Amino acid sequence: MALVDYYAIEEELHEDERLVRDNVRRFVEAKVMPIIARHYQDGTFPEDLVPQFAELGLLGANLEGYGCAGMGDVAYGLAMQELERGDSGVRSFCSVQGSLCMYPIHAFGSEAQKERYLPGMAEGKIIGCFGLTEPDFGSNPTGMLTKAERLPGGGFRINGTKRWITNGNLAHVAIIWAKLDGRVHGFLVPTETKGFTAQKIDDKWSLRASVTSELILEDVEVDEDALLPGVAGMRGPLSCLSQARYGICWGAIGAAIGCYETAVSYAKDRVQFSKPIAGYQLVQAKFAHMLTEITKAQCLTLRLGRLKESGKYRPQQISLAKRNNVHHALEIARMARDVLGGNGIMYEYPIGRHMMNLETVYTYEGTHDIHTLILGQDITGIPAFD
Amino acid sequence: MKILVPVKRVADPDNANKVKVSGDGTKVTSDGLEWKMNPFDEWSLEAALRLTENGSSKDRVGEVVLVSIGPKDAVQTIRQGLAMGAERGILVESDDDSLDSHVVAQVIAAIAAEEKPDVIFFGKQSADGDSNVAGTKLAEMLDWPLVNYAMAISTDDEGKSFTVKRELDVGQQTLKVQSPCVFTSSDRILQPESVKNGVTPADFAYPESEGGRYASLKGIMKAKKKPVDEKSLADLGVEAKRVNEYVKFDLPPARSGSTTFVESVEELVQKLHSDAKVL
Ligand SMILES: Cc1cc2nc3c(=O)[nH]c(=O)nc-3n(C[C@H](O)[C@H](O)[C@H](O)COP(=O)(O)OP(=O)(O)OC[C@H]3O[C@@H](n4cnc5c(N)ncnc54)[C@H](O)[C@@H]3O)c2cc1C
Repeated sequence: MALVDYYAIEEELHEDERLVRDNVRRFVEAKVMPIIARHYQDGTFPEDLVPQFAELGLLGANLEGYGCAGMGDVAYGLAMQELERGDSGVRSFCSVQGSLCMYPIHAFGSEAQKERYLPGMAEGKIIGCFGLTEPDFGSNPTGMLTKAERLPGGGFRINGTKRWITNGNLAHVAIIWAKLDGRVHGFLVPTETKGFTAQKIDDKWSLRASVTSELILEDVEVDEDALLPGVAGMRGPLSCLSQARYGICWGAIGAAIGCYETAVSYAKDRVQFSKPIAGYQLVQAKFAHMLTEITKAQCLTLRLGRLKESGKYRPQQISLAKRNNVHHALEIARMARDVLGGNGIMYEYPIGRHMMNLETVYTYEGTHDIHTLILGQDITGIPAFD
Repeated sequence: MKILVPVKRVADPDNANKVKVSGDGTKVTSDGLEWKMNPFDEWSLEAALRLTENGSSKDRVGEVVLVSIGPKDAVQTIRQGLAMGAERGILVESDDDSLDSHVVAQVIAAIAAEEKPDVIFFGKQSADGDSNVAGTKLAEMLDWPLVNYAMAISTDDEGKSFTVKRELDVGQQTLKVQSPCVFTSSDRILQPESVKNGVTPADFAYPESEGGRYASLKGIMKAKKKPVDEKSLADLGVEAKRVNEYVKFDLPPARSGSTTFVESVEELVQKLHSDAKVL
């Protein structure tokens, strides 16, 4: 279980955090690594992993009560790191279930909604998806067209289309963000409700071992208790995104480590001209750069985790780490791909898969440039979005 | 049923290239090593957990007590076992260099006198020293029955007696032993139906596995609150006096050779024959 840990970050971790990392890593090595390339190639999500995620306690791991493990944020982050060292799609499943679906129910749901959904979601028996993005509203979700109206006898009617929705075709319940009287609200929509359809988006180069769907809601009628009572306005979905982005910060480090380790070990064995390619300065410069960026990301993200644990973080700090870590993970994946030469494009090695996956990670949960604008606004006080 | 499981931390065998030997060759230096529970102890711990739970409901019906002898950070190995499900731990503080199988057996014997377990479940050997002595020596010291390399264990009287199967080159041996007793295990103990405790439903089978169970995140949270007693060798009346003296450790010779890619099976066979000369 070699660790890329150039700055002895291990010493900053608590015992339970190390145990989480090591057990999740062992699980990923044994259960994810052997099957993931095949799933990626076939464009399928390994559904039989879901009960195993649940047994490990990975679903909603940092939530308290309702069958959740109640881990600290750093332990949770390390679990996401190890999952994404396996595959971004596998990590995405857990992020969506825990941070995007269980978190809003936990934070904004009624007691009845919590009892009804959270224990089953922690057990992996109820799968959720998070519908915010629409075909015409990606970076600008505030403009969403999906609309909810009150029905005369109580309850709501929802109409709209959501696109790029992870777990859409797997989900039993969709969290649909829709405008009610002009303000954004969250609705828990059982996916078997009449008028709800999910269409799998298959023809993609990236995140192939993850289900991505388009959701169409046509006169979907839900009861009064489908509404998440605790929040109104964009704060609802944005606070979920903060949680998920935090997990992505760690996940990106995992993908980067996977690429770096593969490239270093390959370069030591691969002989060209008269010696292993690891012995050439140009290759060493790549490794020095990769290790530097991984180490910086580790320091940054651990500090972010501690801030989050103490409740003192600001969402902009998560933006900084998401933007930095994913950018460098993608850069490291591309460099590692180069180091492997022709073999770098093969399914046999995880690098091509990480590289393609990271293109999604770069875009979802706020694109790189949108996080740049969030930081820009924070620095200058002037929003540059419009 | 109460089972004592000694667990040792060893340098991660998957990372054996990080093991270094001191200048004079008399000991393995521990700086920079990554530690892991001795895999053979992990098999035995898994078997002990299966003996003391309802496998289906996961309710605990007995007690597993972990003991580790080593420096303070060996507590992490105990904590891993607690997170897997054991109830409590005992850390006997000692530096690694003052231990050998004899001292270990003495320590466990002293703890057995206090704890009075039904079973002491050792790993068959440790992945670093490979001595294969401690369990046997302990059984001898305590004058308890010993079953080495158990591949299947069952009890129908809550651990007062056990039927144990062992794998031999020539077949299988079945023994019946009364507790208290000492076991070590073979990897076959991890097979889905190797452990029967009369509580787990007869139709329940554990998943196929090459090691112990993963510690779940909830298990890890619970383990934080489980007690770990700290003791010194002196508390137990054991003197750290080794009977073995280590004269010299040598690392395995460095790997030589390089990777060659071949185009076809014919070329592979030809190369194995003419270049590698192994055919
Ligand atoms: C595989 C996958 C899974 C996903 N899962 C989910 C999910 O589960 N739930 C969900 O709700 N969404 C999900 N998404 C959607 C994702 O969050 C969006 O794709 C993302 O927000 C970007 O939106 P867009 O694709 O419409 O791109 P656009 O918003 O059209 O952006 C295109 C480009 O324009 C840039 N841009 C946009 N506005 C500005 C500006 N003001 N200034 C400068 N540049 C700008 C962007 O940075 C980007 O480079 C997923 C996406 C993918 C690819």
